Amino acid sequence: MRTLKFLLRKELLQIFRDPAIFRILFIMPMVQLLILPLAADYEIKNINLGVVDHDHSTYSRKMIDKITSSGYFRLRDYSATYTQALHAIEQDKTDLILEIPSQFERNLVKESESDLLISVNAINGVKAGLGAAYLQGIIHDYNQEIRMEWIQNLRFNPLPIIDVTSTNWYNPNMNYRVFMVPGILVMLVTMIGSSFASNNIVREKEMGTIEQINVSPIKKTQFIIGKLVPFWILAITVLTLGLILARLVYGIIPLGHYSTIYFFASIYLVAILGLGLLLSTYAQTQQQSMLVSFFVTMIFNLLSGLYTPIESMPQWAQVITWFNPVSYFIQVMRMVMLKGSSLADIEHHILAMLGFAIFFNGWAILNYRKRSG
Amino acid sequence: MKAIVVEDIVKKYRVGKAEVSALEGISFSVDHGEIFGIIGPDGAGKTSLFRILTTVLLADSGFASVDGFDVVKDYKKIRNQVGYMPGRFSLYPDLTVQENLEFFAAIFNTTIKENYDLVKEIYSQIEPFKNRRAGQLSGGMKQKLALSCALIHKPSVLFLDEPTTGVDAVSRKEFWEMLHRLKVQGITILVSTAYMDEATLCDRVGLIQKGVLLSVNTPKRVISEFKDALWAIRAKEMYPLMEAIKADPSVLSCYPFGQYHHVTFHNKAESKAQLERIIKNGNYTDVEIFPIQANIEDCFMALMKE
Repeated sequence: MRTLKFLLRKELLQIFRDPAIFRILFIMPMVQLLILPLAADYEIKNINLGVVDHDHSTYSRKMIDKITSSGYFRLRDYSATYTQALHAIEQDKTDLILEIPSQFERNLVKESESDLLISVNAINGVKAGLGAAYLQGIIHDYNQEIRMEWIQNLRFNPLPIIDVTSTNWYNPNMNYRVFMVPGILVMLVTMIGSSFASNNIVREKEMGTIEQINVSPIKKTQFIIGKLVPFWILAITVLTLGLILARLVYGIIPLGHYSTIYFFASIYLVAILGLGLLLSTYAQTQQQSMLVSFFVTMIFNLLSGLYTPIESMPQWAQVITWFNPVSYFIQVMRMVMLKGSSLADIEHHILAMLGFAIFFNGWAILNYRKRSG
Repeated sequence: MKAIVVEDIVKKYRVGKAEVSALEGISFSVDHGEIFGIIGPDGAGKTSLFRILTTVLLADSGFASVDGFDVVKDYKKIRNQVGYMPGRFSLYPDLTVQENLEFFAAIFNTTIKENYDLVKEIYSQIEPFKNRRAGQLSGGMKQKLALSCALIHKPSVLFLDEPTTGVDAVSRKEFWEMLHRLKVQGITILVSTAYMDEATLCDRVGLIQKGVLLSVNTPKRVISEFKDALWAIRAKEMYPLMEAIKADPSVLSCYPFGQYHHVTFHNKAESKAQLERIIKNGNYTDVEIFPIQANIEDCFMALMKE
């Protein structure tokens, strides 16, 4: 016990003595937490629209008015021909072309049917998909309005219409920040936990200090716990700062208990730090451990469901996410923050995380050798 | 029982596909309270030997024991009672002098207070700087701190791997004085060095080269075993002189030694005549020739040449 106390004391002394590390540890994640959520906004606004109106009728003008007044679209180009409109897309002036055929109004009135063409620049897939969907939605609305005008004097609607009204549960205003900030916080805590801890042991290898430790009667477990605990404390501190920031800056107040988050985080960090320690037992230089932990956290973060829903990934990628501790923590964060889930609801996540913790740390302890062959 | 026993230790490293032999069947033993020097050039296998004896490296074959404990089976016991000072400074540069010493005392389950007597003499010299970070100490002070840290748990055997490499002459002298005082306290010391002049300060020395132990003896015996006639020669034109001597077929060896070249010949009896003949053939001024007694470096040079 006494040995462990001194190991911990030494580790903390070293961390607090390096002002640069200290600054990097606390200021960097805070700055990222302030910048990233603003950038990771999924709502698409200001889609540049190009219109080719061959009809020049009241109906077509009304429709264009309705589209531009929605707030999602900006009318940037008004061309006479489709070729000209396409040219505008090529020059990146517009993202979408809406082509209204001549006789649009006449066909609509006479034959109750008319065609429209939407062409989308699909280089940015998200923007293209959402833009086309918004546009279709608006045109659909417009279509309804016209029908209402024609048939308003009828008592009964001759055509059955399904009217859909939707409610957004757990996040009524579809505020993406409530959704993104907790996820980004998890990502930051993970990055600190895994790469910082692994670099620390490798640094001892590089300096040769580990040689002295190896010749001493210190036990492997003592050494590893001595490395785990200080970084666990640091990561929990960063998490706390992040949660405070989320509350003060983004006004995110979890529906569930903070204690649920902390309970899960404490197991999660043991697992992630264990992974860092495991990497360090293989790496010989700090460059190696940096690159490998960069590689691992990159995959973990992209396959975590933070940016894209796990359900829409291909089956093989979904299988990978089962073995990704980050995805569990992001799910838990969102569940507790938005749904107010309690410990009982995340039981399955806790068990999985315990498994990760035992697996990574066990492997690290087994692989840490005080002597070489 | 001997303090250190090494029997036929073999260690090979794999470098890519090639196998490099670091130790090729080394055997020797060290008595209790003895200062045993391992002398050899860089890459001779000194550090591998030290790491095997301090239980952090496994030998490919052979047997070794420290204080009667097998380095493979009883490594835990050995780790409790040996002090190891690696060749490279390996204390925490970001901890202060005192913090380093406290830390190493703690990991050996002891305190500075408990064994202060043992390190007092060495530690008192760096105590005025005890709040300075170890990384900011001078070379000599680092060495003293490292020795203090290796001694703080009162080891029975002390392993010092090239402790004086990169340390100035005065600090080196001081360091060896400290070792002699530790010896008086009954601590066995195995020390390696690349400086041959330090060999005379050991009780016994082993000369190691390319993983082979060439000779184990007291420094005096090593010198007395030198059988060749040794001549010192000097002239104003030192470098051309050496070239000329080395080129002569009658010369066995020629090494520059401070102000003189030390020369031996295949034919002992005609040494002087040979030297004078070489000088006559060249254009040298202020020539000085006289026979000298071999020192330990001459002996090692001769041994290594064999």
